[in-house]
Formats: sequence, structure tokens, C-alpha cells
Amino acid sequence: MNETAAEPPKPPLAGGRPPPRVLAAMAAVGAALIVLPWVAGAFGDAWIRALCFVALYVMLSLGLNIVVGFAGLLDLGYIAFYAVGAYTYALLASPHLTEHFPALARAFPSGLHVSIWVALPIGASLAAAFGILLGAPVLKLRGDYLAIVTLGFGEIIRIFLNNLNAPLNFTNGPSGLTLIDPVRIGHFDLAHPGVVLGMRPSSLVLYYYLLVAMAMLAVLVCVRLQDSRLGRAWMAIREDEVAARAMGINVRNVKLLAFSLGATFGGVAGGLFAAFQGFVSPESFSLNESIVVLSMIVLGGLGHVPGVVLGAVMLSMLPEALRHTAVPLQLAVFGRVLIDAEVLRMLLYGLATVGIMLYRPRGLWPAPEHGVQPMFGGARAAAPGAAEAASRNG
Amino acid sequence: MVECVLRARSVNKRFGGLQALSDVQVQIDRGQIYGLIGPNGAGKTTFFNVLTGLLPPDSGTFELCGHPYWPTDAHRVAKAGIARTFQNIRLFPDMTALENVMVGRHVRTHANALDAVLRTRRARIEEATIRTSAQALLDDIGIGHYACHLARTLPYGDQRRLEIARALATEPRLLALDEPAAGMNATEKIALRALLTRIRASGVTILLIEHDVKLVMGLCDTVTVLDYGKVISMGTPAQVQRDPDVIEAYLGRAHALVASPLPLHTSAGGDGST
Amino acid sequence: MDTLVQQVINGLVLGSLYALIALGYTMVYGVLNLINFAHGDVLMVGALAALSAVGLLHGMWPGLPGWLLLILGIAAAVPVCVSLSLVIERVAYRPLRHAPRLAPLITAIGVSILIETLAMLIWGRNYLTFPQLLPEAPLHVGAATISVTKVVVIVLAALIMGALLWLVQATRLGRAMRATAENPRVASLMGVNPDAVIAMTFAIGAGLAAVAGVMIEATYQVAHFYMGFIPGLKAFTAAVLGGIGNIPGAMVGGMLLGLIEALGAGYIGQLTNGIFGSNYQDVFAFIVLCAVLIMRPQGLLGERVADRT
Repeated sequence: MNETAAEPPKPPLAGGRPPPRVLAAMAAVGAALIVLPWVAGAFGDAWIRALCFVALYVMLSLGLNIVVGFAGLLDLGYIAFYAVGAYTYALLASPHLTEHFPALARAFPSGLHVSIWVALPIGASLAAAFGILLGAPVLKLRGDYLAIVTLGFGEIIRIFLNNLNAPLNFTNGPSGLTLIDPVRIGHFDLAHPGVVLGMRPSSLVLYYYLLVAMAMLAVLVCVRLQDSRLGRAWMAIREDEVAARAMGINVRNVKLLAFSLGATFGGVAGGLFAAFQGFVSPESFSLNESIVVLSMIVLGGLGHVPGVVLGAVMLSMLPEALRHTAVPLQLAVFGRVLIDAEVLRMLLYGLATVGIMLYRPRGLWPAPEHGVQPMFGGARAAAPGAAEAASRNG
Repeated sequence: MVECVLRARSVNKRFGGLQALSDVQVQIDRGQIYGLIGPNGAGKTTFFNVLTGLLPPDSGTFELCGHPYWPTDAHRVAKAGIARTFQNIRLFPDMTALENVMVGRHVRTHANALDAVLRTRRARIEEATIRTSAQALLDDIGIGHYACHLARTLPYGDQRRLEIARALATEPRLLALDEPAAGMNATEKIALRALLTRIRASGVTILLIEHDVKLVMGLCDTVTVLDYGKVISMGTPAQVQRDPDVIEAYLGRAHALVASPLPLHTSAGGDGST
Repeated sequence: MDTLVQQVINGLVLGSLYALIALGYTMVYGVLNLINFAHGDVLMVGALAALSAVGLLHGMWPGLPGWLLLILGIAAAVPVCVSLSLVIERVAYRPLRHAPRLAPLITAIGVSILIETLAMLIWGRNYLTFPQLLPEAPLHVGAATISVTKVVVIVLAALIMGALLWLVQATRLGRAMRATAENPRVASLMGVNPDAVIAMTFAIGAGLAAVAGVMIEATYQVAHFYMGFIPGLKAFTAAVLGGIGNIPGAMVGGMLLGLIEALGAGYIGQLTNGIFGSNYQDVFAFIVLCAVLIMRPQGLLGERVADRT
């Protein structure tokens, strides 16, 4: 038989140990991440804050990637799970509920201060439950309808968050919830750290380490999921749902699992976000945010974990970088700001999405072997097989 | 005592005005290679799709290895022990050959999400076993050297073999092949025949739809002939090829009256198109 | 009873607007199997362009009567919307015509964001006021009232929809559109130029959206760079409700959705004892959307989508 490849590709190493080159790269990245906040801090606290948000977006992107990239389900309402996680922690760890519900105030005289390590699992489970609730009826829909229904669901959540302040004030409406407890590890309060190991680290730096650690945990979980029986089942469904079913894969349940696992990531990120920021409001959970996360994974490389992380880092750092360069630049050149930072940010997302879909549909860093995502053959179709596979799935 | 692997009786399926299957029955014994033939549009693929859960039948009884079997969800079919291939080859094109077969192992393995994330000992062992058994299957079928190639890069004949390997990975009691010889040249068909004979020898029962009458007659133990959704003949290849109803269905009434057997001994290059 | 009549009237107004917008979605989906996510934003650009035009004209000739300004506003909005729509089709959708279905959808989302950003740059972020062009004094229907503008909405929409039905059923172009919607490849074999027909479909949809956009701002007196999103989403719901790809379906779906929303918003306070008020109005459309897609995805009148194999 003819060899169609020039040289047979190397088999992946069994047992999951990355080759030494990759390990070295990981160590280098790890070292850089440890040093980064101190370097960034020299330019101002705003940069460390930005890095914290990068970590949050990485978690969100990884979660959405499970749904869109691994299982091939376009979810445009993903941010709703982020909201569920955030509001859960906010309600459990702020004065709001005790202020508005006297019965609770009596039950908890010193206020509701549920530790984040308890609230996070609760928020994550709640998000997963919502994921199953949403997913169960809609997963049988075809791709574009699924996208719109999930979009509708996301909007419903946002409207409820905005309006559940009367007659009983659950969410405090558009004003949101404030005075949310910071993260506490034992007696150690991340918002007022005091002296640690002989140094006085700022609270921002400590949050950075926490969020980056959680983001790396998320990466680990994703990589393990991908290279497993479940990950293969997701890939099979994405490639050819009919064949996957014929091979005994319970497509409905496996898709539901993707949905709820993705939701869990969102829920965890949401709880951390609420603790970090100290307040939450419905504004942070609009359709735009869902689209932002989607553009991150599309830009980076759908289904490919390193690509997704790259996309998240790029699309969350670039607007910050632009904010600090483009605005002064315009002031210097034009004397006034023609395009402000917010608009630049949205412009960037729009251009990234359209540009990638038209010119590099697999993303900036797609998977080397299994890179072609049958969903996005693109204008210059990557390979005849891919478009065919996708049209089979319809 | 020969046990029966699949018994289907009174299978009916209607599509709007068309009765695609009418009172079809099939009995496949263990260790057989069972052929289902018939002219185009006879209902062979419809029956296949009914059997494997892709289409719900209007009525019929099914028994798989003595137990009642109702082909509902397609994914339960594999678990019950019927694995199929597709007429148009439905591989996972951007997964490697090895991964394709590993997916076949899905239905007989158990690791779940938690196992995956925690990399439990059980999961790691199971994963290693999946990998080695998949490679062994590929080697056995003769395409082991393609393990790390993307499925869509394989030559056509090897893609068909890969699909069979993937189906075998589900440890089926019945292997249902939908036109496995389609698009193959004579050499490839000889190899296919040898492969199917070997598979039968290993204890797997085979049901196959085919258009290549020569291949079917030479390979199958029992043959059922469908025409317009009805069974018009059933028996050994020798019996069937002499049945005037069958000849009429394929070649027309004139030939049936002459009662000559179906032309099996044509020149070797023929691909048996009807 | 008064509330009922009033809400029915409101529903007809809303419904007329939704129907006009829904037609754009349904026609494009019929020929391309694509949800034109940017359709709502095209509407918005038309509305804002009309706003600018009206403001400009009024500034130059203060004596112009309101109804004339309205007509001129629409006349300004239509070409803007049509050209924008054609550009989007050419640049963003046509290259992906044979790509798997989700690629154009994602691109459409990106295009939508770009258009909103563009509008933000040109017209700013604030809510803009659209002047009251038609007489303010409301007309009375029993105990209910309806403004002149709202009457114009209903009448104009009815006329346009009638014209569209005539176009689609009785003209050569209409036949070509229906053929392309059914099977583009076969249509091209019959001498129909699918690219031209598709462009025409986008253009007509955009024109309808332009009218809808101007009437929205004329009715509610406000325009904003984000004003297209919610009406767009609701109109898509209406299109699906009626049966995607089905032109009469979009009309029926639009009117029905308008009525559901108006009656729902009007009565929800009473029905839920004040727990949920009319501020949940938008939720109705989304609930209808989810319900239709889950329970009857082919819609009320059945879908008509292209056989694009």
C-alpha cells in the first residue's frame, strides 16, 4: 500500500509524560509566571489587576472550549454560568441577604460569611445543574438553533438578575451586590495580607497567584479530559455523530456532560471573580461577554488547549495594552481621543472573529495532528475531508 | 446445536406511500456469513438501518442471541452486540486510525470524567489496555502501520478495513457490513474475502449487504434476497441462484423462463455490478 | 376589557415591526441556511442614518412638514441599509458559503460587533432622540388610544408585506428567489444566477429592516447604537415561530409574537400578583424562542429551507 504521508508521524508517548523539551518549556513558563506580577507591578497596579483578569478569562475560555471545542456545541449564553457562580458566592458572602431578609439576619447574627472554599463547590454545582437543565432539552437541536437558544437563555438569566429586586430583593437588580468577602485561607485574608514570609505583598499580587494557580489547575483538568475515553468520545461526536452513535457512544449524555463540565468551569471562575472584585452586577454578564470568550477560543484555536490559552491571553491583554498606548498616542497625535479604549476593545474582538473565520479558521495555534475542526472549514477549506465530515453532521 | 444469533420476523417499514419493508424475516445462525442481496432500492439498507437503530420499524420482532431485542437507540445497539459499517464509510476523518479503533472500545470500557481528571489507577490501566488492544486489532487486520495516520489519509481499501477494525473493537456478536466491497477492485475483493473468512473463524457472525453477486455467492453460507421490500428467496447460494424469482428480479422475466443460473463464472475482472 | 383592546393594539404595532424585520431573517435563511446575526445591526444603522438625515434636513429647511421628513428619512435609510447588507454578504458571507454551517454564524457575530462599534464611533454611545414628526394627538379606539405614528406603522407594514407577497408569487424575480430557496444548484441549472438572487434577497431584507428601524425610532422617539440587538433577536424568534424560510410564516410569526408580548406584558402583573411586572417583557420573546425551538422547531407554518446537498 502507498504511504500517503511523507514520513509516518511519531506516535504520542504512552503514559502521558511530556517529552523533555516540553517539560523545560513548562518550567520556563512557570518561572515567568511567578516573577510576572513583580515585574508588572513596577508599571502600576492596574497591570497586576489586568493579569488577574487574564487568569479568569483563561478559566472561562477553557470551560467554553470544552463545550464548543471538544464537543462541538456552540453555546452563546455561556456567561450565564459565570453569573451563577458569581452571584452564588456573592449572596453567600455579603451582607445583602441578611440585610433584606430578617429571618436570615436572625439565623446568622454575625452575617453570612460562607468561606469561598465551601461556596465555590456550591456555585460550581449550581452552575452544573443549570447546565444540565439548559442542555437536556436543547442538545438535540441543530448547530445554529442551539446557538440561538443558548443565547436566549443567557439573556433570560441577565434579565432575571436585573429584575429580581422586587417584590423580594434577591439580586439587588442593576445595582448589584457589594461588600463581598475576599478570599480567606484559614485566618489569612487575601484582601489584607499583612506580612508574609518577611515581605508585604499587595493583595493584588496574592490574588494573582491564587487565580493563576486555579487557571493552571483548569488547564490540567482539560488536558486530562482531552486525552481520555471521554475526550475521544467528544471528538468522535464532533467528527461524525452518526458513526459515534453506532459505536455505542451515548451521544446525548456525553454532550450533556460537556455542557455541564463547561458550566462548572464557568461557575468556579464566577465565584473567584466575585471574591476578587468585591462586587457583582448584571452588567458584567451580558451577551457581549459570551461573545468575547467565544472570540478568544476561536482566535486561539478551537479544541486545542494551548491555543485556547493563547487566545485568552491575547484578547484579554491586548485591550489593556491598547488602553495604555493608543489613548496617549491619539492624544499626542490628534490632540483628542478619537477612538476610546472601550470601543477599541470591541473593535478588536470583532476584527479578530471575522478575520480568523475568513483567513485562518483553525485559529492561530491549532492542534498539530487533529487540528482541523470540522465545524469551521473556512473560506479556504482546510481539507476536503473536514468539510465533508461537517456536512455529514449537518 | 447451532445457536441463533439474530432472528428477525415480520419487519415492516413504511415511508409515506412507499412500503419499504414488508414482512421481512431473517435468521442468522452463529458462525455464519449471511448475505442480504437484491436489486437497487430493494430495501437492504433500510433493513440495515432498522436493525441497527437508525430507523424505527413500524412492526416486527427481533431476537438477539435468544433475548428479545428492540432496536431503538442506535447507541444501545452496539452495547447489545451488533456493530456496523456504513455504505459511504463513516470514519472519524481527523482522528488517527488508532484513535478510530480506540473509540470502538468505548462501549466495552468504563472510565468516566472523574477517572479521567483524577487519572486513577483503574483509568490508567484501562487506557493502556484500550491502546494495546486497538493496535493489536489494527495489526490483525493488516493496517497496523497506519496507526498514527489520520483516517482520511488512508487509501480507500484500507479505510474500509479500518472501519471493520473499529466495528470489531466493540466485541460484537454480529458484525453488520453495509456494502464492504463497494468501490474495490478485484484484488482488494479477494483480500476482503480472506479477511471476512478469518473474522468468521474467530467466532464473529457476519451479516453483509452486497451488490457483488459473485462475492456473495462465494462467501456466504446463507443468502436472503429482497425485492421491493419483500423476501423473495432464502437459502444457500446454490439454491438462491437457481430460483426463478431471483433471476427474474435481477435479469428480467425472459431469463427466468430459460431458468439459467445467474452468471457467476464470468471473467475474473468483473466487478459484479448488477 | 380596555386593557385588552389597548394591548391588542400595542401588539399589532409591535407585531408589524417584528414581521418586517423577521422577513429579512427568514428570506436569508431560506436561501443560505444562515442566521444573519448582523441583520438587527443593519436596522440600527439605517435608523441612525435616518436620524441624521432628518436632523440635517430639518436644519436646512425648518419649514418642511413632519410627514415629508419621515418619508425622506426612510428614503435615506433604505439605500444605506441595502448597501451595508450587500457589502456584508459579499465580504463576510460569500467566501464561507460552502463552509460548514457554524463558520458563517460565528462570522456574522463578529460582523455584528464591528457594525455596532462603527455606529458607536459615528453616533456616539448615548441615547439619541428622534423628533416627533407626525401629529401627537392620539386617536381613540373605544377607550384605547393609538398615536398617528403607530397607525402608520401598521398600515405601512401591511402595504409592504402585501407588496412582498406579490413580488414573490407573481414576478420573475420572485420565482427565481423561490427556486433558489428550494435548491440553489438546480436553480442555477435553470438559468438562475444564485449570486444575484442571494444579493437581491439580502437587499430586500435590508430595505424592510430600514423601514422598520425608522418606524421604531419614530414610535419610541429614541435611537441608540445597540437598538438593533433585542428587536433583531425577537424578530428571529418570530421567524422561527412562523417557520423559518417561510415568508407568510414570518408575517404570521411576527404578528403573533407582538401580540403575545403585548398581552403578556399587559397582564403579567395581574397574573402573578405583582411578582413579575412588565419589566420582564423581553423575557416573553425568549421564552417563546426556547419553547418553539425545543417543541416545534419547524414552526407553525412549516420551514422552507434550501436543499443544499
